[in-house]
Amino acid sequence: MHTSWVKITHWIGTISFLLLVYSGIEILMVHPRLYWGDVGNDLTPALFELPISRNYHHHGYTAPQPFFTSTHSPVSAGRTYDIFNENGWGRSLHFLNAWVLVAVGLIYLMAGLYTRHFQRNLLPARREMRFSALARDMAGHFRHGVAFVRGPDYGLLQKLSYCLVLFILVPTIVLTGLTMSPAVAASYPWLLTIFFGAQSARTIHFFCAVLLILFLIVHVVMVIRSGFRKHMRAMTIGKT
Amino acid sequence: MKKKHIITRRTALITSVTALASYWMYRTVKSPQVPTYGSILRSGDNFTYEAQRALLSKRALAKEYSRGDISSFPATGTLDPGDEKSKNYKKDYALTHRNDFSDWKLSVEGRVARPGSYTLGALKNMSARTQITRHTCEEGWTAVAEWTGVSLSQLLLHAGIFPSARFVNFYAYDDYQDSIDMIDAFHPQTILAYGMNGRPLPIQHGAPLRLRVETQIGYKSMKYLRRVVVTDNYVDPGDSGWAWYTGI
Repeated sequence: MHTSWVKITHWIGTISFLLLVYSGIEILMVHPRLYWGDVGNDLTPALFELPISRNYHHHGYTAPQPFFTSTHSPVSAGRTYDIFNENGWGRSLHFLNAWVLVAVGLIYLMAGLYTRHFQRNLLPARREMRFSALARDMAGHFRHGVAFVRGPDYGLLQKLSYCLVLFILVPTIVLTGLTMSPAVAASYPWLLTIFFGAQSARTIHFFCAVLLILFLIVHVVMVIRSGFRKHMRAMTIGKT
Repeated sequence: MKKKHIITRRTALITSVTALASYWMYRTVKSPQVPTYGSILRSGDNFTYEAQRALLSKRALAKEYSRGDISSFPATGTLDPGDEKSKNYKKDYALTHRNDFSDWKLSVEGRVARPGSYTLGALKNMSARTQITRHTCEEGWTAVAEWTGVSLSQLLLHAGIFPSARFVNFYAYDDYQDSIDMIDAFHPQTILAYGMNGRPLPIQHGAPLRLRVETQIGYKSMKYLRRVVVTDNYVDPGDSGWAWYTGI
């Protein structure tokens, strides 16, 4: 059965994650261009652009003025276009919920280590970690569907995806988020190094969010396919 | 299930961690704060401010780049307060611009022993600092430029700032008003810039003088400065809809 601290951190984490996605989409809509390296703006080439607001492909700029006399000089141009920007609440909502996620994540981490929940239930044992077992588990998901399993007696694929989310995606999305902060990056400049720059951090942050949303969708589909009511009971008021 | 009431190691640990965290949060909430205008989102920003001040280095420098890293740089917000078509049109700015800012002065007032006005020449006569830094806009873009100017700390010491001072308020030609605390004001990279990429600051980027706060998001680096006021208390410019502290 799920312990009460798993249930509480799961649901607080869920709410803060959904609000982070909501505000994150708003923030991305304000500048739907992604880059690699330290620098990226409307006057530099993008890695790719997302058609998600009226800011997509807007060309509302005054004529570019070169800074230097050299042929490939960087330029300046003044924006004349009235962009979509709701970051006043978007950013504040994002960071408030980032605090909630970090706080609940730390509680989860400490409790998980203390109760040996990670070792017992989440990390696959070495004997489990075989490619054939993984292939069988994967094929089983498509061929036979998924059965309701009581409590944290997870399958191999399930364990691996939970570990990927908890120990790789969530820490990476928090650290890349912090890398974008001028104050944090000043105090911890190695963040800019390990994520290849401030804009790379933003791009990695975006891809982590995409993977987490995909995980959420698969997770909910699995819950529904293997007995929605039973799972909801087990994760909320269920006692046995 | 009936349990005996004994204090286990686990409850002791959880209780003490919770108590410490609650005490810290209580102290944070009750210490003097910038107004939240009744918004829970704004109190989150104040919490970020307290947490960053408690956890981060106060003197650490933002990354500085080389000349080859200088990038293209969009100008946003007000582009020219002297433009009659601009909604932030100011006649006095248009006039001083016409005089090539030779009659422009920066007024330094408030909690300083020697309030006064500084011409552009006077600021240029003070020792200059040049830095190539990354501008991080709240919208999500970044740009690298070289800024030359006088460090704000030098100007504040020159004006004889009082030890009781806690905020430095900035007033711009385009009616923008904002403030920073003493930690940002005395940060070595916080400068009043009159030069950009080796030339006088362009109009679009805030001529003749703009603020650079390299430890905060771009909108704290105000353009078109005209007045600096040092205060002991927070001066409320009203809810702009934006967080006052934006270290993140």
